[in-house]
Amino acid sequence: MRIKAFVAALAAALGALAAVLPSPAAAQLSVTRGDVNPMAVAVPSFAGGQVGADISQVIAANLQRSGLFRPLDPASFIEKDLSAAVQPRFADWKTINAQALVNGQVTVDGNRLRVDFRLWDVYREQQLLGLQFTSSPENWRRVAHKISDAVYERLSGEKGYFDTRVVFVAESGGRGKTVKRLAIMDQDGANPSYLTGGESIVMTPRFSPTSQEITYMALRPDSATVYLYNLQSGRRESLGSFQGMVFAPRFSPDGGKVIFSVERGGNSDLYVMNLSSRTSTRLTTDPGIDVSGSFSPDGSRIAFTSDRAGSPQVYVMGADGSGARRISSGGGSYTTPVWSPTGEFIAFTKQTGGQFHIGVMKPDGSDERLLTTSYLDEGPTWAPNGRVLMFSRETPGGAPKLWMVDVTGRILQPMPYPGAGSDPAWSPLLN
Amino acid sequence: MVRSLNGRTIVRLALVGVAAASLGACAKKAQPAYPTTTTPPVAQQPQTPLPPSGPGDVGTAQTGALPGSQQDFVVNVGDRVYFDTDQHDVRADAEPILAAQAAWLRRYPSVNVRIEGNADERGTREYNLALGARRANAVRDFLVGQGLESSRIATISFGKEQPIDPGSGEDAWQRNRNARTAIVSGAR
Repeated sequence: MRIKAFVAALAAALGALAAVLPSPAAAQLSVTRGDVNPMAVAVPSFAGGQVGADISQVIAANLQRSGLFRPLDPASFIEKDLSAAVQPRFADWKTINAQALVNGQVTVDGNRLRVDFRLWDVYREQQLLGLQFTSSPENWRRVAHKISDAVYERLSGEKGYFDTRVVFVAESGGRGKTVKRLAIMDQDGANPSYLTGGESIVMTPRFSPTSQEITYMALRPDSATVYLYNLQSGRRESLGSFQGMVFAPRFSPDGGKVIFSVERGGNSDLYVMNLSSRTSTRLTTDPGIDVSGSFSPDGSRIAFTSDRAGSPQVYVMGADGSGARRISSGGGSYTTPVWSPTGEFIAFTKQTGGQFHIGVMKPDGSDERLLTTSYLDEGPTWAPNGRVLMFSRETPGGAPKLWMVDVTGRILQPMPYPGAGSDPAWSPLLN
Repeated sequence: MVRSLNGRTIVRLALVGVAAASLGACAKKAQPAYPTTTTPPVAQQPQTPLPPSGPGDVGTAQTGALPGSQQDFVVNVGDRVYFDTDQHDVRADAEPILAAQAAWLRRYPSVNVRIEGNADERGTREYNLALGARRANAVRDFLVGQGLESSRIATISFGKEQPIDPGSGEDAWQRNRNARTAIVSGAR
């Protein structure tokens, strides 16, 4: 299959999947049985020694995990020792049914790493991309992620999400005495490191959509505080003190505001703070619980959880708090709404019949689709291209683990990070 | 653009000018430096949760707890009451315990308390924080209704973060839906 034809077929298949899933109850099975053939790609070891081999392995793993691509077994490769400077022997790659080929060459000169790579359409015998990256040698993984993003974008037509990081709550110590530390890692689970020391219970970290800054909540026996944490400077500051418990923070799309909840006398309401003026505005006043505010990408609307009508449900209102309207309509409870970066969907956690689901619906509440089912799935976060969701999954009595599912529900897999973690938050693409 | 990287056959490579330019720019600052406050993991145990106490504990103690002490309160009164699923109303079986708490606190007027609301794991993190806060406030309102000054009673919610029973199942969830009255100052 030609690459463009493949992409068209893939788009058609994904569209068909969305179209045939009207019933939430059947969605999970139908979606996971969806039939989309990933594109066969060959990613031979880049020339230039071990780092070349390592880079190609990271690229192949990224493409594999996306579910849109199927990296071929290097043992099947006929042409060996490719150079980025020469045209590949296309016949050799056609023989093993590779549709695309990614090859490259790494040169290390002192403290400078240079990677030349090419992306080829095997059937048309055309170069689709030819790029050069330079960096310092210890940065080789980021170079691999940038190449992965370039390949993903060229072949799928959508922005990639591989040169990104994930902040999350690393958990250790066992249930009932769990230590919760803020941690950060690459989107493929590499380079994990702690950001806090476990002296307080931290939760719900969220990335700024525009900068390397996060907001999170820390809970101590006598206080609940929302922090802003700049990952580049290491500077941390409190959002301020409020009369009552403050929690559930999330940035606005322009990074200039934080929405959060304040609890007073048992009633939780939504507030928004302008970060430059440090003034807060109260958005809801009803006696129900109002939590988990999440802005639409254009900043004009807010999705949130409220139990004002009994059970927790997802509502949407104007950014000024006006015109709140319930959008979730199925049975069970709906919490943790998160607007997708494209604006197309709102992801949520649904609890029904003793099971938890990660699902998506349109912002008007239509086209609900459940992507996962388990004992406890919770807290979705979107990849910056809106194609993949990460969330935490817990088995009875077990520690939570990070999982990923694509927006069709077809590709469900554990995150390649071995430790226990919860509350993942995806960064925007790095610069 | 014609390039030769290693002396083999030279082919025409269409280097994308715009992309190459932007990547060249990025390459010079591509060093990600994310300062972290703690890199090596240091095992730290949180405060050990107190053992569950409840209706069954009231009046059954054979201890010589010092009257007015925290132990006296926990053992002879009971520091924890329980809630139904998704509910925050004070249950009938909790009222005698809370009434006893109020009586004890009237007897020792220098004691201040903090009500800690808790939820089971069958809910999401943020909502359960709000639910735990409702439970803490329901207990606080009850104690105030028994004549205690509200200034002596703080509240906080731990949501589902501090289960007293690590199990999964109805029994564990029932124990984990509670509000604990913790003495913060003034006890003997």
